[in-house]
Amino acid sequence: MSTWRQAKWNEPLIYEIGGRGRIGYLVPEVDEEIKNVVGSIEELIPKKLLRKELPELPELSEVEVVRHFTRLTQMSYGVDQGPVPLGSCTMKYNPKICEELASDPRITELHPYQDEDTVQGLLEILYKLQEWLAEITGMDYCTLQPAAGAAGELTGCLIIRKYHELKGEKQRIEMIVPDNAHGSNPASAAMVGFKVVRLPTREDGCIDLEALKYVVSDKTAGLMLTNPNTLGLFEKDIKEIARIVHDVGGLLYYDGANLNGILGVVRPGDMGFDIVHINIHKTFSTPHGGGGPGAGPICVKKELVDLLPRPLLKYDGKKYYWDYECKHCIGRVRAFYGNIIPLVKAFTYILSLGPQGLREVAEQSVINTNYFISLMKDSKGYSLPYDPERPRKHEVVYSAKPLTRDYGVTAEDVAKNLLDHGLYAPTIYFPLIVEEALMIEFTDTETKENIEYYAKVLKDIEEKAKANAKELKEAPRNTSVGRINYVKANHPRTVTPTYRVLRLRNKGVQLRL
Amino acid sequence: MVIHPWLPNSPREIKEYMLKVIGKNIDDLYSDIPSDLLLKRELKVGLGRPLAEFEVKHIVDKIIDRNKVFKDPPPFLGGGGVCVHHVPSVVKDILRRGEFLTTYTPYQAEISQGLLQALFEYQSLIADLVELEVVNASMYDWSTAIAEAFLMAVRVTGGKRILVPGTMNPEHYEVAKTITYSKGIRIEKVNYDKETGFMDLSDLEDKLRKGDVAAVYVENPSFLGFIEENVEGIGELTHKYKALYIVGVEPLSLGILRAPGNYGADIVVGEGQPLGLGLNYGGPLLGIFAVRWDRKLVRQMPGRLIGLTTTVDDKDRAFAMILQTREQHIRRERATSNITTNEALMAVAAAVYLSLLGKHGIRRLAEHILYKANYASRMLSKIPGVKAPLFKSKHFKEFTVGFSTNYIELHKYLLEHGIHGGRYLDEFKEELGECALFCVTEVHSKEHIDKLVDTIEEYMIKR
Repeated sequence: MSTWRQAKWNEPLIYEIGGRGRIGYLVPEVDEEIKNVVGSIEELIPKKLLRKELPELPELSEVEVVRHFTRLTQMSYGVDQGPVPLGSCTMKYNPKICEELASDPRITELHPYQDEDTVQGLLEILYKLQEWLAEITGMDYCTLQPAAGAAGELTGCLIIRKYHELKGEKQRIEMIVPDNAHGSNPASAAMVGFKVVRLPTREDGCIDLEALKYVVSDKTAGLMLTNPNTLGLFEKDIKEIARIVHDVGGLLYYDGANLNGILGVVRPGDMGFDIVHINIHKTFSTPHGGGGPGAGPICVKKELVDLLPRPLLKYDGKKYYWDYECKHCIGRVRAFYGNIIPLVKAFTYILSLGPQGLREVAEQSVINTNYFISLMKDSKGYSLPYDPERPRKHEVVYSAKPLTRDYGVTAEDVAKNLLDHGLYAPTIYFPLIVEEALMIEFTDTETKENIEYYAKVLKDIEEKAKANAKELKEAPRNTSVGRINYVKANHPRTVTPTYRVLRLRNKGVQLRL
Repeated sequence: MVIHPWLPNSPREIKEYMLKVIGKNIDDLYSDIPSDLLLKRELKVGLGRPLAEFEVKHIVDKIIDRNKVFKDPPPFLGGGGVCVHHVPSVVKDILRRGEFLTTYTPYQAEISQGLLQALFEYQSLIADLVELEVVNASMYDWSTAIAEAFLMAVRVTGGKRILVPGTMNPEHYEVAKTITYSKGIRIEKVNYDKETGFMDLSDLEDKLRKGDVAAVYVENPSFLGFIEENVEGIGELTHKYKALYIVGVEPLSLGILRAPGNYGADIVVGEGQPLGLGLNYGGPLLGIFAVRWDRKLVRQMPGRLIGLTTTVDDKDRAFAMILQTREQHIRRERATSNITTNEALMAVAAAVYLSLLGKHGIRRLAEHILYKANYASRMLSKIPGVKAPLFKSKHFKEFTVGFSTNYIELHKYLLEHGIHGGRYLDEFKEELGECALFCVTEVHSKEHIDKLVDTIEEYMIKR
């Protein structure tokens, strides 16, 4: 039995704390001289637009706000507390030096419209990062503009669309996406108006080449692929895949979510990819912040540089500058230039590790995955579908199907029991081609001891399933709350997305979605 | 072979032990990669070797020393609502905590209640600010929130035209055009009054009458700073033609300006940067996205939503991600958006910030800013050859200033005097002449403003 317990504060909502009239932010009186010049405040706002009732915000002192949010952090769990082996998320340790340098006022206090001459230091960092990312991915040029991986995908899809249009091939409206791809791939393709063509996975866990040959045509816009794929397997036929797609005039898009295991080993550009996005918050270890901010730079081969969104960061030998020239560019995918703070952290990360360090990152992540697989070899409760003898790269996908079949214990049950040991759960029920999937990625920064412990807990769960499966259904017990009522959370009559809705319901207003 | 503090299994002994258990060497683990694809050299990154922390610190320190931070006075730059504001120490402190900073999207709700509650509170605080019932857990920024709102309006109404102000933020306009491209959506600018900046209502109605309009978008305050006075009338016209009404906001202005939910907005978007995010050279930002309580609208919303519920045993209040069938990880190509990673930590910052400000603080701060910005525009307007504000209408923190002379030269002069002036509005040069967008907030003291005014006056007289 685990003795780990998560904090449970029964913390009220911020609206339910505090007395009247308290403040957590002092706003000083405005200078009398200013008032004399400007006159009455009412005159400064059009009458019909003056807010008559104050917004219904709480009234708290500073210490109440600090305690409230500190308590909330104690009911949250990140890499700083323990392993978060979420597959395809690359939740590695986020080095503190990267945080420290990126929070320097000489970066955080720069306005995006400052003169280029006054931000040369920052631009140098961004420019070097661009060059390094191009080198790491084997591409020619990068833009740091997209705010996240999916934004990078969208940018890539827009580039593909534009590329074909410029060639006068508007009929290319099909984007091929393997059935094990990240959900954002088909979603991004659809946002650009592509018809998504799903490609099946072969028994060995790789793309079915025959199926690929069958679906490509003069309608093919491109193929979106992550390699190693979401099963953690390297698409060993990648050269053939690239040839097939290129032969019909399509482009190859690389989803960089799974780059961690091949850093400095093999590069998407050399595999034949034309466009790559990079998840800065995965491979380059910037913190995920509970869902963001990340950054999703795009790197492309020479012939696509003109299509990149503007402005592009350039260097003329003396000065770094933003180039707004846009002859064939797709436009712009975000205001300003990108998620600068995570990008500075990524720069610091790469600078710190250097080429040998990055290569070691890849090797460590692959060793950790395969070490875990070795530890799980004797387990009957978890099966390893798709070519179990082949080494995995950054991640591995197990199936809890045997446990479900024999004892009714599902992947979700396994996840909740892991939580009870103070361990974060794997990504579950993904990829969709694996039933009861447990997708596990320890990354390069997890200790051997924790990997062993994780394997042991999984096996203990298996033993418990044999002895008393019912008990497993009652997990988690050691987290701040037990299992969540999702029916109530989503039911049209009870769904509550804000306190405003709760307040109205409490006043007797019938709110049904 | 590198032994590194970030790689706990990198010492030779450990690595070799693990490989022994695996029964393979490192080349075996990569043996399925075609050998001609393998990189046979080292990457050319960094300084060619791993560096110690103190070395990294020294290098980065030297580089960023070449940046100039404008402190006395802080920059007078505006644009898209992004101006210099005070970031409370409490916000910085909470954001540094590893339990939030290093956690993932709260897929496992039971162990992530604190983060879920903080995001729920963000949604709730914004809902009360804009007076709409449903707010998502963030978009990347204002510009992408606009693009998503347009796509959503098209899905909801079936219309293909979107009407936007002629004075719309040029970057936002470009982003919206880029992202909605290929969906056959036409974004059309409505004329504006050159005196006041207000949307031309008769042109708006003409354009609405032609039909097929999915939405009308207004900014309030506008990109050029003026407060659009006819927001209520624009909303009524929009609804008369069965289109959706989308309003873009700067959140601090809502301490004193009527909430868009109160004048007919169906969707509200905006930039959360003023809510404790800091400047950060423009990123990360925080895209606000809110909709009215309406089944059709909520079901078509992009992004994550956090909801309040209970545990299965009904013992505890609990929070979880809700209505997930709209999202890409479930719906794939039929999702309402591809957004996955968002700006969650920035939403937490905004929640902490709004909790500190509270009901009274936001009003006081809005008034404070209003006074100072108006003081600046009035003092500037006294200088010959300067028109501030350019439009005969009210403004909040940002305002357009017109000049009888080339602004770039004046701008250089200001820089020489340690002052960063406004953003040159070259996009509007043809229509409005030489002008720049200035922004004055709580961090600008009277002395700062006076220094700006005096220096501009000095320049104008010298000329």
